[in-house]
Amino acid sequence: MTGPALQDERETTDVAPSRRGRRAAALAEAASAGWKVWLAKIVMLGVIDALAIYAMLVLIAQGQWLVPLIIAVVAVLVNVVYLVPGLLPAKYLTPGLIFLFVFQVFVVLFSIYIAFTNYGSGHISTKDDAVAALMQQSQTRVENSPTFPVKVLERGGDFYLLTTDPATGAFEVGGADQPLEQVAGATASGAPGFTTLDFAQILQHQTAIGALSVPLSSDPNDGYLKTTDGSNAYQFTSTLTWDPTADTMTDTKTGVVYTDTGQGAFTSEDGTQLLPGWQVWVGVDNFVRAFSDASIRGPFFAVLIWTFVFAILSVATTFVLGLFLAIVFNDPRMKSKKFYRVIMILPYAFPGFLSALVWAGMFNQDFGFINQVLFGGASIPWLQDPWLAKAAILIVNLWLGFPYMFLVCTGAIQSIPEDIQEAGRVDGASVWQIFRHIKFPLLLVAIAPLLISSFAFNFNNFNLIYMLTAGGPRFADASINVGQTDILISMVYKVAFVGANRDYGLASAFAIIIFVLVALISYLSFRQTKVLEELN
Amino acid sequence: MTDIAPAPVPRRPFGRWFRETGWRHIVGIVMLVFAAFPLVYVLSASLNPGGTLLTANGLFQNFDLGSYFSLFGDPTRPYGAWFVNTIVIGLCASVGTVILCALAAYAFSRMRFTGRRFGLLTLLLVQMFPQLLAFVAIFLLMSAIGDIFPALGLNSQIGLIMVYLGGALGVNTYLMYGFFNTVPASIDEAAKIDGAGHARIFFTIILRLVAPILAVIGLLAFIGTTSDFVIASVVLVDPDKQTLAVGLYQFVSQETARNWSVFAAGAVLAAILPMALFLALQRYIVGGLTAGSVK
Repeated sequence: MTGPALQDERETTDVAPSRRGRRAAALAEAASAGWKVWLAKIVMLGVIDALAIYAMLVLIAQGQWLVPLIIAVVAVLVNVVYLVPGLLPAKYLTPGLIFLFVFQVFVVLFSIYIAFTNYGSGHISTKDDAVAALMQQSQTRVENSPTFPVKVLERGGDFYLLTTDPATGAFEVGGADQPLEQVAGATASGAPGFTTLDFAQILQHQTAIGALSVPLSSDPNDGYLKTTDGSNAYQFTSTLTWDPTADTMTDTKTGVVYTDTGQGAFTSEDGTQLLPGWQVWVGVDNFVRAFSDASIRGPFFAVLIWTFVFAILSVATTFVLGLFLAIVFNDPRMKSKKFYRVIMILPYAFPGFLSALVWAGMFNQDFGFINQVLFGGASIPWLQDPWLAKAAILIVNLWLGFPYMFLVCTGAIQSIPEDIQEAGRVDGASVWQIFRHIKFPLLLVAIAPLLISSFAFNFNNFNLIYMLTAGGPRFADASINVGQTDILISMVYKVAFVGANRDYGLASAFAIIIFVLVALISYLSFRQTKVLEELN
Repeated sequence: MTDIAPAPVPRRPFGRWFRETGWRHIVGIVMLVFAAFPLVYVLSASLNPGGTLLTANGLFQNFDLGSYFSLFGDPTRPYGAWFVNTIVIGLCASVGTVILCALAAYAFSRMRFTGRRFGLLTLLLVQMFPQLLAFVAIFLLMSAIGDIFPALGLNSQIGLIMVYLGGALGVNTYLMYGFFNTVPASIDEAAKIDGAGHARIFFTIILRLVAPILAVIGLLAFIGTTSDFVIASVVLVDPDKQTLAVGLYQFVSQETARNWSVFAAGAVLAAILPMALFLALQRYIVGGLTAGSVK
């Protein structure tokens, strides 16, 4: 919101002839805008400022400084842009640019950052969180420790334990994120501000209560209280000891020492990692893994090749069919063209994700229409066999895409002047020769940019692939969740969001590879089409 | 064949008619079957109450609206909520897109400022990295926002609309920019001489003259956001908050064979509005498409 817009503002003021001229323009502008416009403007700015201040206060209360500072700068800029006369282009560009910068530019930069980290399942949060999680995970009951009588309390959807301190007799309350502490006004049966659960309610929330472990103090080495029945709790301590000064985790049972090796997890001498770990910068590791780890590289290259094959074939098939139909229906003597046309563009109007789901049903191996009715009950594994699944995808894509090509080609053919054709006919060229040497090259010049953008679209045609085959059938030897018909974008989605093992870092690395590929192809092909234009 | 066959005057012999025109109708009929069949199939399946994939194969053997009613009865599958969500999110996102793009296109088309060419080029470049590819970052950004402002973060529809608006500029601005340029600048000049400020010119004159392109961009944005699966599935978590694309996909992937007719009914209802809009605005859309965008 600051970059180009700001520059432009300065320039416009420079361009203005003189100070007097500028003033006059500002006055004229102010006079032409009625008081209602001004009122609306002031109210809107007030709302924006109020929201900005609220957001800043909340963020500062959380101990953040950078984000509130950015918000403050943006808010001041917005006020300047709309209150200072002049700065016209900025007034029109600012709203769009703010969204663009936050949800596109920033997000892209953030993707690049993530690609260089080990962000993913097991590496979600900070080191402190990882330490706490590790200590909680590896708990065992302390032998011969006393039994704590407890009551289960509830507040705001979270559960807490109320217990009596065996030494002092004070009533203490603690929750998952809150170590046991004395609460004023608490009795053996409840505490102010909390609801005490009765037996039926405890049964209802059995699993959540069983998973609850309440730290005894703020030092995780002291251990936790856990209850199984909601009335008695026992002290559990972790088999791991955390030594902050040496930065190590020691397993008290086996004596193995795990150290922070900079990989985002405590690692023992023999390379065993304790998970969860935390998020660290790993440099180009993700890219290296994509190209060198055999169980990723194999599927990755298979997916890469299929992505290109799919994108090229889907443009080629839809274009050929669309062009053919456009020529067929471009005959002036033919009746009821409009009727055909409307029916033929219906697949284009039908929402794409729905058509893929419908076709998936029709291609079903056991019950689908195509096997049951068209092939008389045959059991053809349309979506289970790698080659048939690819064929099925191309068929469905042809159905989805030919109307677009048909419309576009019809438009392009009609814009080619008739006299060229007549000139060709006078020179004795056949219909085919006229098409091949005159019409088609002209058509291609008009259509080529659309073919390129159609290629780019199909390159990332997530919905079709994911809804029809979900990328399956899956590669047997891959360490990531990838299948024979996955294209790059669906592979990224599955690596990041499907299944138990989510690897955001690797997924972002793949996304960047896709971006580089698409950018390169678009650049090269647009340059090619310019050459084409110059030739004609 | 005969009822479709035209009767040109003077009538051509059948052989010649067939060679010149008739075969085109055969191509047309083949294409009609190919294009319309899946749609007819869905319609038929939706009218087959309690039908499975298998029973759906008998086309139009039953006629009953039961599936349409049971679509709204199941609390684990809040179709009504999905439908409303999709329309609300689609409308808000497309109206927002139109406003943001019209503002930007007006500045680029009517004002001369340094950085204008640079800005136009940058928009095109930024668009090369589609938002779709950044969904991991969007997820993490939204979950970070959600920790502090739950109303805007993960699982928030307002947040999702804001994400869509982030991708609003770009190709859309280009389409509009081209159209704005076709409106003669002399109209602005005349209004300026009459004492109208830039805001009045923009809101009362320009926006009315470019209404067709506004409709096209709005519709394209509506279709684009309502059929988006990736970002919607990443941002929206609760079944009640999801959109049709996310909800129906999960519904089908979980219980394909059993409730096929219910899914079909959902698909028919979900498709009616976009298809009606598309067919009504067909002429404008074709113009907009040839100017450079694809479905």
